[in-house]
Amino acid sequence: MNAPFQPDVTSLDRVAVGTKVSIASVDWALLEESEACRLRHFGFDEGVTVEPLHLGPFGRDPIAVRVGRMTVAIRRRHAGAIHVLPIQ
Amino acid sequence: MNPLPLVAVAGSPNAGKSALFNALTGARQKVGNYPGVTVERHSGRLTLADGRPVELVDLPGAYSLEPASPDEAVTRDVLLGKQQGERQPDALVIVLDASNLDNHLRFALQLIELGLPTIIALNMVDLARRDGLELDSQVLSRELGVPVVETVAVRRRGIAELQAAVDDMLSAPLCGVHERVKSDLISLQRRAREIATAAVVSETPVRRWTHRLDAILLHPLLGPIILAAIMFIMFQAVFAWSETPVSWIEEGVAALGGAASNALPPGLLRSLVVDGAIAGVGAVVTFLPQILILFFFILLLEGTGYMVRAAFLMDRLMHGVGLSGRAFIPLLSSFACAVPGIMATRTIDDPKDRLTTILIAPLMTCSARLPVYTLIIAAFIPNTRLSWGVGLQGVVMFGLYITGILGALLAALVLRRGVLKGSGSGFMMELPKYQWPPLKDVVLGILQRAQIFLKRAGTIILGTTVILWALASFPQAKPGQSQVEASIAGKIASGIEVVVKPIGFNRDISLALLPAMAAREVAVSAIATVYSIDSSDEQAAAVKLEDRLKGRWSLATALAFLAWFVFAPQCVSTIAVTRRETNGWKWPLFMVSYLFVLAYVAAGATYWTAVALGL
Repeated sequence: MNAPFQPDVTSLDRVAVGTKVSIASVDWALLEESEACRLRHFGFDEGVTVEPLHLGPFGRDPIAVRVGRMTVAIRRRHAGAIHVLPIQ
Repeated sequence: MNPLPLVAVAGSPNAGKSALFNALTGARQKVGNYPGVTVERHSGRLTLADGRPVELVDLPGAYSLEPASPDEAVTRDVLLGKQQGERQPDALVIVLDASNLDNHLRFALQLIELGLPTIIALNMVDLARRDGLELDSQVLSRELGVPVVETVAVRRRGIAELQAAVDDMLSAPLCGVHERVKSDLISLQRRAREIATAAVVSETPVRRWTHRLDAILLHPLLGPIILAAIMFIMFQAVFAWSETPVSWIEEGVAALGGAASNALPPGLLRSLVVDGAIAGVGAVVTFLPQILILFFFILLLEGTGYMVRAAFLMDRLMHGVGLSGRAFIPLLSSFACAVPGIMATRTIDDPKDRLTTILIAPLMTCSARLPVYTLIIAAFIPNTRLSWGVGLQGVVMFGLYITGILGALLAALVLRRGVLKGSGSGFMMELPKYQWPPLKDVVLGILQRAQIFLKRAGTIILGTTVILWALASFPQAKPGQSQVEASIAGKIASGIEVVVKPIGFNRDISLALLPAMAAREVAVSAIATVYSIDSSDEQAAAVKLEDRLKGRWSLATALAFLAWFVFAPQCVSTIAVTRRETNGWKWPLFMVSYLFVLAYVAAGATYWTAVALGL
C-alpha cells in the first residue's frame, strides 16, 4: 500500500463538499493507466490542495473537485483511490 | 512546388483553441479526417503581410504529449512528425487559458522543448480578470523565452497582434526540430507552477461566476429539472421551428420534380430523375432543417460549457449500462434523427464508449418512424379512452418509444460485456468556465455539419436511391401487370416474403421493406404504391390507406410490423454516417446485422404472442 497508516488519512470520496484537503498519496494501482494519466494531467498529485464542490444527483456520483484553478469531474471510484489529509 | 509553411495551433482542451483558430482563419476552413483514425482535421489559410500564404492546422486538444486518448495521440504524432498524412509543423501557436496557467503551462513547456518557433496566445484574459486575476504577459514571455500575445478569441480581441507575431516568426528562416530534451512530468509541473506564480500581478479573491452558476445547474434537485427543461425546449424547437422550412423543401422538391417531368420525355430517364434521384434525395433532405436546429443546440450547449454539466448530471445513470454521461446528449439527439446523434458522439473520448453509443443510437425512436407508427396505430388501435383521460393510441405510441429505449440499454449492456468488453476510461473531465460562444463560430459549426451530411451521406443516399429505383423499374412490366410485381424488387420481395412470413409479414410488407431502406417513412408511400393509391397528397392517401390496411392486415401482423420498425436499421443515412464515423464497413455491418436480428426476433415474438392471445 502507498498510504502509511495515519488516523487522519481518509479518501477523497469521504470528504464533505466545500472542505479543502491536501492529497497525501494516490493509489495509482487502483486506477487504469489512462485514468492515472488523466488524473496526473489534471494536476492530482501529492501535496496538492483539492476541494469537492458538487456531487452528482444520483448516488452522489460523480464528484466535481477543484484542483488548482480547474474544476474536474471524477467518479466516486477514482476519488476512492486518492488519500487525503485535513488542512490545519 | 514547395508545400506552404505549416503552423500548428496546439493547446489543452477548453483553452479556447478552436475559437482562436476560427478567429485567425475565418470561414476558409477545410474539415477532413486523419487517415485511419476518426479524429477530425481542421485546417485553414492565413495570409501574411507580404502576401505569402500559410497553412494553419487546429490540433486536437491535449493535456500533454503523453496521450490518454486517440485525439491526444494524433496531436503528439503531428508535433513529432510521425502522423501519417500530415507533414511536421514549421511553427507553433500555443493557446493557454489565462486563468488556468499552472495546469496549461506544463503542456506549453513540453511543446517549447520541441524547439520549433513558437508563439503563446494567452487566451481568455477577460475571464481571468473577471475572476480577479491580473497577469503580466511580459514576465511570462521572459520566463518561457517565447513571445506572448494576450487574446480574447471569442471577442476577436488580440487577433491582429497575434497575426503580426506569426508574421514576425515566419519571416525568420525556418529550421527543423532540435534534438528533443525531455523533462519529466513532475519537474515540468513544478516549473509550470513557479512560472504561473511569477506571472501573477495581483489576485483578488472573488466569488467565481462559474461556481455560482454551478451551485444552481449542478444542484442535486434543481440540476436535473433544469436539464429536463432545456431538453424539452430543444425538442420543441426541433419540431416546431423546422415545420416551415420542411414544407419549403417539400414544395421545392415537388416543384423540381414537376419541372423535370415537364422537361423530360416520358420514359426511363424521366423516371430515373423524378422517381429515383429527386424523390429519393428529397425525402432525406427534408430532414435537414431538423438536423441543423439540433446542431444549433448541440453547438450552443457545447460552446457555453453546459454540455459537460449535462454529462455530469447523467453520468451515474448512464454508467449503469456501461456508458458514460457523455453519451446522454448524442442519444437524446437521436430521438430527432440518429444522424446528428451519431455525429455528436465525437465528444466522447473513450473509443469503446463512443462505439457503443453509435451502435445503440438507431434504437432511439427518430422522427422518421413517426409517420409509420401514426399510420399503423390509427388503422389498428381503437381510439378508446383509458382512465385519467389517457388514450389507448397514445399509450401504444409511448410503449414503442419505451421499447426502443429499453432495447438500447439492453444492447449497451450486452455490447459492453461482449464485443466491446473492457472498462472505459471512466468519466474524467474538466468542467470549463461558462461563457457565451460567438454566434459566428456556432453558425460556422452548423454549416460544416450540414456540409458533411449533404456531401458524404448525400452521395451514398443518391447512389442507393438510384439502385432501389432500378430494382423497382426493371424489367418493365407487361401491359396489365403491376410494375412492382414484375420488377427485380418484386422478385426480391418474394425472397424476403419467405423469410418474413414466419413473423406474420405479408406480401405488401415484403414489398415495402426494400424501398424503406432509403428512409423509414418511405414505407408509408411504398405501401400506398402497392395499393396503387395516388399518394401525391400524403394525408389523404394515409386516410385511404388506413381503411385498406384494416381489411387486409390482421392485428397481429400490424403489431409485428410496429415491433419491426422499433429495431430495424431501415435508414441508409444512418448506415452511411456510421461508416464515416467508424472509418470502415466493419461496424456499420455489425450494426445492421444485430439490429435486423433484433427486429426479426421482436416482430416474431409480437406476432406469435398476439396470435396466441387470439388477436
